[in-house]
Amino acid sequence: MSIVTVQLGQCGNQIGQEVFSALCSDIRGTHGLCSKEENESYRESCKERFFCEEESGVPAARAVLIDMEPKVISQTLSMAASSGHWKYNSHFCQKQGSGNNWANGYCVHGPRHKEAIMELVQREAEKCDRLGGFFTIMSMAGGTGSGLGAFVTQCLRDAFPASFLLNHVIWPYGTGEVIVQNYNSVLTLSHLYHSSDALLVHENDVIHKICAQLMNIKQISFRDVNQVIAHQLGSVFQPAHTAGGGSGYSRNPLGDLLEPLVPHPEFRLLGLRNIPQMPQSSLAFSSFSWPGLLKHLRQILIAKAHMEEGIDWQVRPPQPGSSTPSTNKPLHFNTSIANLVILRGKDVHSVDLGSFQDPSLYTSWLNPQDAFSAWKTPRAFNKYEKSAALVSNSQFLLKPLDSIVGKAWNMFASKAYLHQYTKFGIQEEDFLDCFTTLEQVVSSYTNL
Amino acid sequence: MTQSVVVQVGQCGNQVGCRFWDLALREHAAVNKKGIYDEALSSFFRNVDTRSGDNGPDIYKGKICSLKARALLIDMEEGVVNEILQGPLRDVFDSKQLITDVSGSGNNWAVGHKIYGCQYRENIVDKLRKTAEHCDCLQCFFIIHSMGGGTGSGLGTFVLNLLEEEFPEVYRFVTSVYPSGEDDVITSPYNSVLAMKELNEHADCVLPIENESLFEIVNKIHQMINSGKLGSTVKQNSLVTSSAGSAKTLQEKPFDAMNNIVANLLLNLTSSARFEGSLNMDLNEISMNLVPFPRLHYLVSSLTPLYTLADVNVPSRRLDQMFSDAFSRDHQLIQADPKHSLYLACALLVRGNVQVSDLRRNIERLKPSLHFISWNQEGWKTGLCSVPPVGHSHSLLALANNTCVKPTFIGLKDRFMKLYKKKAHLHHYLQIDGMEQSCFSEAISSLSDLIEEYNELDATKGGPRIDPSRLKIAV
Repeated sequence: MSIVTVQLGQCGNQIGQEVFSALCSDIRGTHGLCSKEENESYRESCKERFFCEEESGVPAARAVLIDMEPKVISQTLSMAASSGHWKYNSHFCQKQGSGNNWANGYCVHGPRHKEAIMELVQREAEKCDRLGGFFTIMSMAGGTGSGLGAFVTQCLRDAFPASFLLNHVIWPYGTGEVIVQNYNSVLTLSHLYHSSDALLVHENDVIHKICAQLMNIKQISFRDVNQVIAHQLGSVFQPAHTAGGGSGYSRNPLGDLLEPLVPHPEFRLLGLRNIPQMPQSSLAFSSFSWPGLLKHLRQILIAKAHMEEGIDWQVRPPQPGSSTPSTNKPLHFNTSIANLVILRGKDVHSVDLGSFQDPSLYTSWLNPQDAFSAWKTPRAFNKYEKSAALVSNSQFLLKPLDSIVGKAWNMFASKAYLHQYTKFGIQEEDFLDCFTTLEQVVSSYTNL
Repeated sequence: MTQSVVVQVGQCGNQVGCRFWDLALREHAAVNKKGIYDEALSSFFRNVDTRSGDNGPDIYKGKICSLKARALLIDMEEGVVNEILQGPLRDVFDSKQLITDVSGSGNNWAVGHKIYGCQYRENIVDKLRKTAEHCDCLQCFFIIHSMGGGTGSGLGTFVLNLLEEEFPEVYRFVTSVYPSGEDDVITSPYNSVLAMKELNEHADCVLPIENESLFEIVNKIHQMINSGKLGSTVKQNSLVTSSAGSAKTLQEKPFDAMNNIVANLLLNLTSSARFEGSLNMDLNEISMNLVPFPRLHYLVSSLTPLYTLADVNVPSRRLDQMFSDAFSRDHQLIQADPKHSLYLACALLVRGNVQVSDLRRNIERLKPSLHFISWNQEGWKTGLCSVPPVGHSHSLLALANNTCVKPTFIGLKDRFMKLYKKKAHLHHYLQIDGMEQSCFSEAISSLSDLIEEYNELDATKGGPRIDPSRLKIAV
């Protein structure tokens, strides 16, 4: 099944280009460490998911690039084409940008360009033999990715009610990239919550730390940040074998991801962690054991850590046996609803994942067997001999979400900047609705 | 890509404007090596096929034929505009873009606004429309003028009104040169306050400039060059005051260095809209992020570095120094000290080889020493443009919406009241058709209200921060 990616705004397009680039270079690499058949199967599966064979021989990414001003798309198209190994086909851009104004993106650009955009999406969808769903990439701080992105997501939901719809959302630096970022974030998250199946989140602050501490990059650029994000996404979306999936690679990647992870519509926030993460130059000198990697990954989950350094090993799950009301749970412990672990590389078949099935990690709603899923493939990813990814529906994002809502509310109480939004059609009542939606989400995750 | 149109009004406006076009050409020449008319150029210039004369058609792609500035030059005296038309920039302007008269406005806002406004209204609207028609997607009007005189102040604000009426969707950014306390034009307080009312009501963003600050910067640079203390030589074309490398080959006039600073301000402001970068900042984003309440749209600007030494290697310590300088009193373009006042919002537009980590590191470093209003503690708007200005490897423009503009406005009000109480020179204004005492009282009232808004904000920041209680959800 194929996935159609929709890249929205500057952030969405910059990241999207790195993602396709990473996927492409991964399948072209010879570091698969597995049998030739396995590698072939992996390559074919990835191609089917993300690329469309063209007559020219250069595969075209199954993607639609959307932006309200031309500079970024123009750069993105040429960077892709210059690789020689893949390219983009469909894009839509305008001249003026959204001015970091969610209302402009949602109320003005959205309706104005709906037809043109949906036509491009429809065309890409029709090129797929079997449509596996949509993956949108956007930031929530700006105007286009956030506002137009929310509108397009709704259109996708209306036009393809039966398809899976996963939004990849970038959360901005806490210390500010855009002054009205908290307003834009609140508006985006609340709207996406109503139309999307799930929100897969990356936080700039977290990725920045990974670049600084694990990747040892001195002068971190957005390109560096985007490449780490692309690597993490690749580790989730490259082909893998699901538990009950038979011998072939999963043919329903979005469904396999979303069905176990989002059992309840109130809980749609997914966090992503990856281990190990290091500069390419160090790869040759490192070796890892699965028990070691998984021990770290589990503690990252339990202690809400961002990466394999600086983990708080003191945090422990609550004592098993007793039914612990949420108020008595250890404060820093991360309660999960559902988790997915993806293992790639050498000796995956022998790995014991029992520690992730520990019922004390989870809420009591699902059986631990249902709350936890695992995918595996012996084919190594992006030159890492062994790597593990964790996609988690848990309290990972509770604190960041609460912080954003708090700051936005604080600003809303002073009525600052509201005239910029009302000018384009978003009124105070609309803001209040969004705050209500998100306070509900915060409350739900808090009381797990 | 969008286009912007510059409307330069009066002597000051045209002199600054002239420097702007000169430096804009210099900047694009440095970046655009192949002589192809690209989108960046089109933001400020038309490409006209002049083989068949000045009325040739616009060429939208391909080689540069003849660049014409997207500008309107307005002055009620001929001297300044004539000089421009005889100088090295004469081919950049179209005779159809000029509106001139002979007698000037006599340093009288009312003459500029009421008499000439009325007289030239149709002509101005007509020429504005023509300029707009040449634009594929017009985003912004830049008005350049001074506040203290008659034409720039009176006719300039009349044009501002017109722009709002005729082109309500297009942003209006105004660069206003405010008079100093010792201004030699006696009536400058009247002119400035009358103009302020118009700026309050009709501008989207105002960038106030004070000659004193420009003068101090020019002096600072002279001292630095002549002191001989530095081991290395300064790159001539990197001076924020310099015209080196531009078309101007005649001897520099006294205000050129100061005007170059303002020209550089405008170039840096629009750089991210014209050139690519990893985090773009367009003009509509500046207005969106820096104007929390409609009338509080006065932005204090600072430019760094003022010069670059000729060494190639720029250690990051110097990069950090650039950020620190942007917040120092010496680098502000008005006599203000944002560091010791209250920030409502702050934007950092970085150009050149600077990455997001440099930006974040410096924001973290500088934050503790700055006071931000309680509801905007992390109120930073940031932009990264890859193309540095001529002569530099990197540069920074900081725009602050800060209560430090208050003293400037209070000073203006005081000087106004000094004259007004005695009714000095009032008759020159009241004898003009359309001018009444109420124009004055409304204007001073508008200014007082503005000052009061800033006062209230300053007052609230003093108290303890009580976060408003969040919505409660029934569990």
